Amino acid sequence: MKPAAFEYHRARTPAGAVGLLTELGDDAKIIAGGQSLVAMMNFRLARPEHLVDITHVDSLRGIAVSEGEIRIGALTTHREVEKAGLGVLSAAMRWVGHLPIRTRGTVGGSIAHADATAEWCLLAVLFDARIVVEGPSGVREIRASEFFLGPFTTALGPDELITALVFPSPPPRAALTEYADRRGDFALVAAAVDLDADRVVLGGVGAVPTLVSGKWCSGTTYRARAAAAAGSLELRDEPGISAHYRRGLVRTLVERAYEEAANG
Amino acid sequence: MAERFPSSEPVSGDSRQGDYRHSRVVGASVPRREDPRLLAGRGRFVDDIALPGMLHAQFVRSSEAFAEIVSVDLSEVRAVPGVVAAYAAADLDLRDITALLDRPAHEFVPTAMPVLARDTVRYVGEPIAIVVATDPYAAEDGVEAAVVEYAPREPVVSDLGALAEGAPLVHPEAPRNTLVDVSLFATEGIDALFEAAHTVVEVHTKTGRQNALPLETRGVVADWDDRDEQLRVQTCTQVPHQVRTVLAACVGLAEKQVRVTVPDMGGGFGQKCVVGREEIVAAAAALRLRRPVKWIEDRRDALTAAFLAREQRYAVRAAFSETGEILALDADVVCDMGAYSCYPFTAGIEPLMASAEMPSVYTVPAYRVRGRAVTTNKAPTAPYRGVSRPQYVMVMERVMEKAARALGLDPLEVRRRNLITVFPYTGVNAITYDPGSYRESLDLCEQTLRDEGWFDRRSDGVIGIGFACFSERTGYGSGAFAQRRMQVVPGFDLSEIRMDLDGTVSVTTGTLSHGQSHETTMAQIVADRLGIPYDRVKIVQGDTDRITYGWGSFASRSITIGGSAVAAASVKLGDQLREIAAHLLGGDPAAAVLEDGGVRLEDGRLSFPEIADVAYLRSHLLPKGVGPGLAATASFDVAGDGTFSNATHGVVVELDPGTGGVEILRYVCVEDCGVAIHPQVVEGQARGGIAQGIAGALFEVVRYDDAGQPLAPSFMEYKVPTAAEIPDVRIEHLETPCAFTENGAKGAGEGGTIGAPAAVLNAINDALRHTGVELDDTPIPREAIFRALEAS
Amino acid sequence: MIQLVELSVNGERHDLAIEPRRTLVDVLRHDLRLTGTHVGCEHGICGACTVLVDGQPARACLLFAAQVEGADIRTVESLSEGGALNDLQQCFSEHHGLQCGFCTPGMLMLAEGYLADEPDATKEEIREVVASNLCRCTGYQTIVEAIDDCASRRRAALQDRLDRSAS
Ligand SMILES: Cc1cc2nc3c(=O)[nH]c(=O)nc-3n(C[C@H](O)[C@H](O)[C@H](O)COP(=O)(O)OP(=O)(O)OC[C@H]3O[C@@H](n4cnc5c(N)ncnc54)[C@H](O)[C@@H]3O)c2cc1C
Ligand code: FES
Ligand code: FES
Repeated sequence: MKPAAFEYHRARTPAGAVGLLTELGDDAKIIAGGQSLVAMMNFRLARPEHLVDITHVDSLRGIAVSEGEIRIGALTTHREVEKAGLGVLSAAMRWVGHLPIRTRGTVGGSIAHADATAEWCLLAVLFDARIVVEGPSGVREIRASEFFLGPFTTALGPDELITALVFPSPPPRAALTEYADRRGDFALVAAAVDLDADRVVLGGVGAVPTLVSGKWCSGTTYRARAAAAAGSLELRDEPGISAHYRRGLVRTLVERAYEEAANG
Repeated sequence: MAERFPSSEPVSGDSRQGDYRHSRVVGASVPRREDPRLLAGRGRFVDDIALPGMLHAQFVRSSEAFAEIVSVDLSEVRAVPGVVAAYAAADLDLRDITALLDRPAHEFVPTAMPVLARDTVRYVGEPIAIVVATDPYAAEDGVEAAVVEYAPREPVVSDLGALAEGAPLVHPEAPRNTLVDVSLFATEGIDALFEAAHTVVEVHTKTGRQNALPLETRGVVADWDDRDEQLRVQTCTQVPHQVRTVLAACVGLAEKQVRVTVPDMGGGFGQKCVVGREEIVAAAAALRLRRPVKWIEDRRDALTAAFLAREQRYAVRAAFSETGEILALDADVVCDMGAYSCYPFTAGIEPLMASAEMPSVYTVPAYRVRGRAVTTNKAPTAPYRGVSRPQYVMVMERVMEKAARALGLDPLEVRRRNLITVFPYTGVNAITYDPGSYRESLDLCEQTLRDEGWFDRRSDGVIGIGFACFSERTGYGSGAFAQRRMQVVPGFDLSEIRMDLDGTVSVTTGTLSHGQSHETTMAQIVADRLGIPYDRVKIVQGDTDRITYGWGSFASRSITIGGSAVAAASVKLGDQLREIAAHLLGGDPAAAVLEDGGVRLEDGRLSFPEIADVAYLRSHLLPKGVGPGLAATASFDVAGDGTFSNATHGVVVELDPGTGGVEILRYVCVEDCGVAIHPQVVEGQARGGIAQGIAGALFEVVRYDDAGQPLAPSFMEYKVPTAAEIPDVRIEHLETPCAFTENGAKGAGEGGTIGAPAAVLNAINDALRHTGVELDDTPIPREAIFRALEAS
Repeated sequence: MIQLVELSVNGERHDLAIEPRRTLVDVLRHDLRLTGTHVGCEHGICGACTVLVDGQPARACLLFAAQVEGADIRTVESLSEGGALNDLQQCFSEHHGLQCGFCTPGMLMLAEGYLADEPDATKEEIREVVASNLCRCTGYQTIVEAIDDCASRRRAALQDRLDRSAS
């Protein structure tokens, strides 16, 4: 389990990274925390010919809180967010792998990797975060609702770099919860709830984080909302997990996320 | 550091009787000798070894479950930068590995395992060619360049598929894909007992294929030494002498031309107690290239292509009287042993163990069993900690629970009515069980959970309590293994002891520690026999040049048998010391006492260095008939059927109806392994074993798809439980000393693993009691729990 | 495809000319011969390769050495200065927190990094962190106990120093 050979390039600025991506073309890949990419490279499931290392681009690090907004640099680690006191954003980090993964894995990497159960992807869709992207033609912003296109597929261009995520100030009444047989694993099903907006985002029920809001009348019990959310999904039986069970997990987790959001 | 160690008590002339009760170091949880180097990162594991000019190997492995090999083209491989050599079977011409049982053809079909696949591949991951390169990265580049053409065949991917009419044959010589088929005991009149019985219960269960999963994968460094004219093989194996024998035969060397040594080892659990193929190929490459070759198995290969275990299917009926006495047991056991028979145990390892010992701790008056090993297109199997006992104990404990339900009795009461309480007990399976605390351990386990208040918290659908009673045969002597009719019969152990000039002692053992702390516990045994601190004793293990012969460590044999041999050798050395001292001081050797690093007689005292001085440097002063030097050899074998450790495990689980999730709230283990040489080590063995048992009950399984592709190539799929899943375990000790091991000790290596699946399963079923659903397969799917609770 | 990489490991500087694809753990073990750090999976789950990068526990199998130029890397070899085991290592020994010892260096570095960050961690928090790494031998209980014991001893020692400087 040793990676195939590649050439290593180190970027110092976002523009430098974009320049390298443009110059090196399709065979180049960004490496941030490496917590998804290197594992895949060790299995030789990914074999980029060029790696553009952005871990030394300091301007991509850090969290800035200003009126109504939280801007999280793409290179900010899960651990840094966990310790930053950002409400549900910080609280959700306990579900991301384990401590030594969180010390290296980055917010931008998670979003770019686009695992449909990844906590950052759920949170981004839940709050429709703005994903700030820099490319050869400059900076643009993509709404999370338009970012995730399919399994591990996003609206990011091959020579674009995620530089930051912008969240609205974290709503006080939101929560994320999930279930896996073993601690630290990617969730079988994950549910994130924004109680005030009455929005629910689910992971593990489709190719992308799935928003299921507005399909029930407000005022009903959390249990009824959870049942409605579960009922709204189209699910298929898969080896080892039936649609019925997955739907049951959705019901349970949405209700629990509501309760957690309500009780703080 | 010496003052931290308790000094030894005098050992008087009768130490031969195994007077463990008067010893001081045995029974104390002294600091482990292994710890300082391992904690400092200064252990030496096989991958830590670097030899000048060393090359690195990886394997081209089969991508097909079952196929004829049409061609293997390694020409591109040899062109890859860094690749030094690449060999397929035809290039190396290695002899096959064949493990045999002395059984008639209708009971056992011998099959050969080629070291590299020659014409046929029988599982995904089977080694086809070795690639040797200047570093491991280049070796993998080389592996990728290999071109293997296959003519695929329909694979056999399940035990039922293997036994099906007209199934393809994995080995043409094995009809119905059956390698072992034994029908045993068949007590006369058993059918009539079933017909007349008040109640008959049935258990049908299937247990998942598991990986023993030492955290250190397999590996080897081999090099040819011109000066010693030896192939030096450093490898992490539990059985170095057996590796030597097979390796020498495969590559065509004499045994003395092969030296197998074992560095520090990161666990084995049975996966490393059979002879692997890759080690032999790497050694053959080193021989051919006359350069050191290292092979370190990577985790993907360790999960897919290493020896696996435990995939078994049981169909069992048990007859009971109205009052809950078991009257008869009728069992059919099918073990899916994968593609090949392992050396030296053969594919019989699991079915023969299950068939022989299934009646467990209960007085079963009538018994009939059929045990089969079937071959399939999956990675082959090896013994894994507990070997079949986690499975048949689970079956027997389910039998007790089901009988209790059927009869409306308390399940613990049903157990009590059937537990063996009079020892020695010779069972219907012709095994004699030495004294244990079967009843006492159950009573104490139940009482402990009652006292902690768990019985008051039991509630339908949420909290359940489960138990498992079991014994575990440890210290299989040659007699016990001979009953298996293996052609190679393990059993005895040999120990050679030597005292040097300064009074320090080195002692060999044919056993081999890979986490079990023998450097400490064996030293404790010697220390007490000789009256020296245990840090004056060096344990020599894992070296075929320095150890005459050994069977390694498996089947909880090390302390019972190896420890006894070490003790016996120590006593012989003690006799020598006494005799010389008595001669020098004038006195009766029988009255001489070994204490505080010397020999005391009425008229004075000589320290061990003083005696050694005479034995080596002034041998003209020795008594007549006593040769120079201070050394002795002893062997030990367990006569009869071995000794049985026993335990009861009690588990409290909490189910989550919303997810089907399981949390273990409490785990109590009451164990009896006779005299514990080092109680902390015994507890460590129990806790680690329990974690592996829980893993089997709830988490780990190697599945294959219909094409025979393994579905758990990484730790994402093969879910080894973490500290978040494994509970703390309260351990209570009972002590029924073994009458026929030197130290009164019984084995302690496997018990934890054996009891856990049964106890966990019973606890879950207890919580599901009101639903009428019973779950009998492992690992238990959470979906099944979810559905059971949802329906209620 | 050779890259010059300058690494700072256990306070020592090393200049290396290596293929960029070499992972940090391979460089530590095989280029620098610091074999205390182990390899158990090469995909981030077992934790046998855990080292400290700028004080934080990280998987050395999921980092290329070239990425951590300029970082301060600490391995298990840095713990026992002058051959004496440090307090955490001693706690592991006293609690029998290791059997085969293969997971041990990773567990030690995980715990060192975590306790430096969270000296007041509760036993349950420690258990959660220990869940980052796999151990096949111990069943984890004694590892959690060893780390918890070390944390309490460190707190007590700190309190002691504070008390003394106050008086
Ligand atoms: C054992 C383990 C458990 C894990 N558990 C979880 C979990 O429970 N939940 C979870 O969400 N994640 C989990 N992860 C993944 C982890 O969170 C990763 O950190 C994350 O998915 C990717 O972030 P990274 O910085 O490591 O990205 P990398 O691995 O460096 O890159 C991932 C991908 O994103 C691209 N990329 C990275 N940064 C950028 C950028 N700024 N702009 C554009 N493209 C970029 C890369 O080219 C690559 O394709 C786990 C990982 C491991 C090893
Ligand atoms: S080797 Fe790095 S986590 Fe397993
Ligand atoms: S002590 Fe062996 S893996 Fe932890």
